[in-house]
Amino acid sequence: MDFFLFLVVNGIAVGGIYALVALGFVLIYKATGAINFAQGEVLLICAYLVYAFLVQLELPLWLAILAAFFVAMLLGLTIERLFLRPLVGEPVASVIMVTIGLAYLLRGVIRFAWGSVERNFPLIFAGPPIAVAGVTVKMVHLWALGLATACLVVFSLLFKYSATGVRMRAAADNQRAALSLGIDVNRMFALSWMVAALLAAVGAMIIGQMNVLSIELSYIGLTVFPVVILGGLDSVVGAVVGGLVIGVIENLAGGYLGAYLPGAVKFIVPYIVLLVILLIRPYGFFGTHEIERV
Amino acid sequence: MSVGVRPCGEFARGYPEDERVLKTRFVRASMAAFIGLLFILPFIAGGYVLAIVSGILIAVVGATGLNILTGYTGLISVGQGAFMGVGAYTVAVLATVWNIPFWLTLPAAGLVTAAVGAVFGLPSLRLKGFYLAIATLAAQFILDYTFMNWESVTKGAVGILVPRPALLGHALANDAEFYYFLLVPAVLGVVVGRNLFRTHVGRALIAVRDQDLAAEILGVNVLKMKLVAFALSSFFAGVAGGLVAYYTTSVAPGAFNLSLSIDYLAMIIIGGLGTSTGPILGAIFVLLIPDVLQHLIEMLRNVVDVSYTFAALREIIFGLFIIGFLIGKPEGLARFWRDFRAYWKLWPFAY
Repeated sequence: MDFFLFLVVNGIAVGGIYALVALGFVLIYKATGAINFAQGEVLLICAYLVYAFLVQLELPLWLAILAAFFVAMLLGLTIERLFLRPLVGEPVASVIMVTIGLAYLLRGVIRFAWGSVERNFPLIFAGPPIAVAGVTVKMVHLWALGLATACLVVFSLLFKYSATGVRMRAAADNQRAALSLGIDVNRMFALSWMVAALLAAVGAMIIGQMNVLSIELSYIGLTVFPVVILGGLDSVVGAVVGGLVIGVIENLAGGYLGAYLPGAVKFIVPYIVLLVILLIRPYGFFGTHEIERV
Repeated sequence: MSVGVRPCGEFARGYPEDERVLKTRFVRASMAAFIGLLFILPFIAGGYVLAIVSGILIAVVGATGLNILTGYTGLISVGQGAFMGVGAYTVAVLATVWNIPFWLTLPAAGLVTAAVGAVFGLPSLRLKGFYLAIATLAAQFILDYTFMNWESVTKGAVGILVPRPALLGHALANDAEFYYFLLVPAVLGVVVGRNLFRTHVGRALIAVRDQDLAAEILGVNVLKMKLVAFALSSFFAGVAGGLVAYYTTSVAPGAFNLSLSIDYLAMIIIGGLGTSTGPILGAIFVLLIPDVLQHLIEMLRNVVDVSYTFAALREIIFGLFIIGFLIGKPEGLARFWRDFRAYWKLWPFAY
């Protein structure tokens, strides 16, 4: 039982990070209808930015974080302007492939600027581990969970009640109708990429704490797919719930099946879940029930 | 595909003549010359060129396959690399365990991969666009995991050493012999890939891409056609994977990862989706990037030493090309090639 609890609690903690990354993805999808294969790379470049400001430039913590947030938003804006805007109205396949190209580009930029050496990320969320339900949890994990929940609440409210949130939803739902109602669709798109990059920066600080910083970390951008498919592509709640569920499933599979199956069962189980969900309920737990089908 | 411009005085007398792939005498002659050049290449080119061309030949087979699925049928796949892996392992197992000759293992690799591809294509019956891309992503990871961990068959991380292919008791040894070994399937693949879309199956695939609803109403069995597209595409991938296995003489799990899949996707995007010349031009282009870059870096060495960033530069250039072609030239290199030919056809007149 202890082992089970241990796995679940840790799974939830890791899931908090998945949730944060997935939130950025869902935000872009919800507001622009674009599918972003480069979310992991955006996250990674944000992590390196925090590292650069904090360690290489030796800025104080608050300034470093602010600077990273600012540059991240600038990055989101630039990406939207240069690469996504020319494709407004193009088929979804083109957008997917452009973000794949973008992923390559960003990875190249990271390798160019920081090399392929692994780097140690400074501790931001320091603190003694805390006991939850008899299981000790690291401070970082709690922060991840807390931040994910906070973002969930903020973004749910924003999308529901704020004028900008409603405009963003309108822009995603039907570009032409939104335009004719006087909504600046381009601005909404730019805004959502900026916010998504900001979320990536938040996620980056947490991920940096748990791993050494290296190019390989961008795999987390792919882990997002099981999460968002499970939760529903356009659901903010879904991103968080999906993140937690995938985190727990992953950990349980690693803990219990690891003994019977060889290799990294942990990494493969989310994708099996993904395939099953795609076949049974492609819109996920909370997504909109409209999927083009033949 | 056809340019639509015919030289003055060349008329088709009847439909068979109108539907020819190579319409004019000049085109037929230049194609014959090109194929002839390919066959005498080992006598005029050195080992370095042969090695590059050999790599391109394999890639042409794989890219032609992916083009059937993504370019003509409109189903995005980011699992081509893994499907090639299935082919490579099939060849490796058949050749090492049962000593089966290559002219049987290669088609077998194609068939096994076609079956695997059709299974992973099943989600396409319910899904379109992004959802399908994700399903193939899952296929990529699941197959990767299988290569790594199904130790009784794949030998895990160690991989399998593949014996050199033998023809009539003579094991192929040098670059030139291997070149011919790869050239035949590549030419066959391109010819089949081109002619497939003159048959009713190919036409049905294009109809599914352009308007699936309309296709269904016109009597195309869309579900069946999607699976056919997956199977056909995977057959090519399997053969290409088998060729890789023979060419590199070893099969190990790391070689067939996601980035290989994306390389292939890049080839058909850069080359031109849904064109028959696209995969060839794209394969040449993508495989030449590292070599050209290497030369550039060496040339620049005296000015600035950037050799340490080779990997980074390759990724940056790769990404920029994918993005640039999608935004600026969605029809890819095939369009350049077509415009170039059309230009010279009318030269020195502008129209």
